[in-house]
Amino acid sequence: MVGYLLRRIGMAVLVMFVALSVNFAIPRLMPGDPVEQQLAAVSAAGGQTGDMAEAAAAMRARLGLDRPLAVQYLAFLANSIRFDLGVSVASYPQPVAEIVLAGLPWTIGLLGTATLLSFVVGSLLGAMLAWPRAPKLLKFLALPVVVLSAVPYFILGIVLMALLGILWPVLPVAGGYPFGMVPNADFATALGIAKHGVLPGLSIVLASLGTWAVAMRGMVVGVLGEDYIMLAEAKGLSERRIFLAYGVRNALLPQFTQLALKLGLLVSGAILVEVIFAYPGIGYRLYVAIGQKDVFVVQGIVMLLSLSIALAMLLLDLIYPLIDPRVAARSA
Amino acid sequence: MSALAVRGLCVEFASARGIVRAVQNVSFDLAPGERLGLVGESGSGKTTTALSLLSLIRPPGRIASGEILLDGVDIARATPSALRRMRAARIALVPQGAMNALNPVLTCGAQFADLFAAHGAPGGTARIAKLLASVGLGVEVATLYPHQLSGGMKQRVCIALAIALRPAVIVADEPTSALDVIVQKQILKTLLAVQRDIGAAVVLVGHDMGLMAQFAHRIGVMYAGRLVELAFVRDIFATPRHPYTRMLIDSLPGFGARGVFKGIPGLPPSLLTALPGCSFAPRCPRAGPRCTVEMPQTRILEGGGEVRCHDA
Repeated sequence: MVGYLLRRIGMAVLVMFVALSVNFAIPRLMPGDPVEQQLAAVSAAGGQTGDMAEAAAAMRARLGLDRPLAVQYLAFLANSIRFDLGVSVASYPQPVAEIVLAGLPWTIGLLGTATLLSFVVGSLLGAMLAWPRAPKLLKFLALPVVVLSAVPYFILGIVLMALLGILWPVLPVAGGYPFGMVPNADFATALGIAKHGVLPGLSIVLASLGTWAVAMRGMVVGVLGEDYIMLAEAKGLSERRIFLAYGVRNALLPQFTQLALKLGLLVSGAILVEVIFAYPGIGYRLYVAIGQKDVFVVQGIVMLLSLSIALAMLLLDLIYPLIDPRVAARSA
Repeated sequence: MSALAVRGLCVEFASARGIVRAVQNVSFDLAPGERLGLVGESGSGKTTTALSLLSLIRPPGRIASGEILLDGVDIARATPSALRRMRAARIALVPQGAMNALNPVLTCGAQFADLFAAHGAPGGTARIAKLLASVGLGVEVATLYPHQLSGGMKQRVCIALAIALRPAVIVADEPTSALDVIVQKQILKTLLAVQRDIGAAVVLVGHDMGLMAQFAHRIGVMYAGRLVELAFVRDIFATPRHPYTRMLIDSLPGFGARGVFKGIPGLPPSLLTALPGCSFAPRCPRAGPRCTVEMPQTRILEGGGEVRCHDA
């Protein structure tokens, strides 16, 4: 078991290392010299006079681009480990790490809640759909849910915004908290934040419920054909016990893999929803940074993305042996 | 007084091309402690018959008619809760696919515990250890997951589960079909030992006549959903009355000429369309004009056997 843990953690570190290296290499492989481009832009704006070559050399020295590639690479790795991602170009001299960390709680709060909610409700719904003796009402409920999953979440977001934010204005349509509010650790703040999360959260939940339900339904149908379900019936177990401990419990295993993947992609998962609702999460900040050509912020967020995927995979690897005893045995 | 009485059992499966009559008018009695073997080729309805005994036929299949009487209760018509109480407690199943018959995410011990809990029976580790010992397994098996056991061990666990509540009838549906020859023999010996111990009657389904001969008191031969012959082992091997039974026995490889296997030419008929006559007639070497137009009825023979054949 210790060997299994060490191997998995080692794997996660390796994935992070490769991701960082790619992140280092790609900007340097791109055509064009960013320093000269930058200077050209400044001079075009009329802000530059004097010797261009000298200015370029000074800028390279300041950014550390005059050092050998290997030294740059090691410095980059060292900085990344300390989460030193450089400074923002657009809102100089704010550190990139500060911008990223400010957006992270919003995204994790909104998308984490929405993803977990749609996973739980969708899987339960799908499992019930596959159960022969489930209430008939459920089958009718399933149709709109599946249809909604065919609608992209950002379209759903706009429709919800129009219905519940403008036609019948019960919920706020933009921002992460009430405009002008000074955040405090009190109930009013929490309520304000929760209210602002409803519409973006709902559009994500509604759009993904059907996917979870359909996948789960397929899994349960497969599991119900297994011999152990028949033996469970032959043992005279209650319907509830067979459904939960024999059916759902086994059908849920692949769903957990999906959940971990979804959680890994959380940071980038719903950029458009954050943009539509001007939600101050990572996605919105990425969108703004791309618009402002803020290279270091984009790079920092991309790094966070690969970090979160690696972390989610590690988490899955650590949890999976607990929910499926066969995995621990196979890889230990 | 019989332990189990099956009367005119018919099982149908609804399919897109019509109704498949998988079991037609099967009747037999099982004496307490008796071991009955059901043989037949694939699709003959032997497994369907066995699963019907616990009312485990799933849609689109259903028990269309007939009675399965156990303790004066008709299993074919019992309410779901009555059925739940009878399963495992009065009539238990040893499943066909031992490889896959245990829940992969529960330890073997937990799979005994939920059986006891469902029937409000006293459980506990001592009881489980005793059951495991009776099938030749150590107490540590209770803490193991199914994937940590061999195929033979899994089938032993299934047998221990089947006898846990000391049922009156054990239905063993090809319990050895996924195992190699050595293990097959051990499993059947185990089944025999525990069956003698608790005095249960057994219905053993299989296609190996040789294995059956060593285990059963009586053998029932099924063909195309019907029980075509039912007789004591000694009689059925000495004087098989139905031509199909005779050909089955003749097809057993002996120590004679090598490389010569006798089969039965032809294929069983489709169960979708009912033939007016005997369903074996198209393959039968002794079929006469009467066989293709008139369905033979079951006749009781001297010595207690019964056969469905005009010619027998």
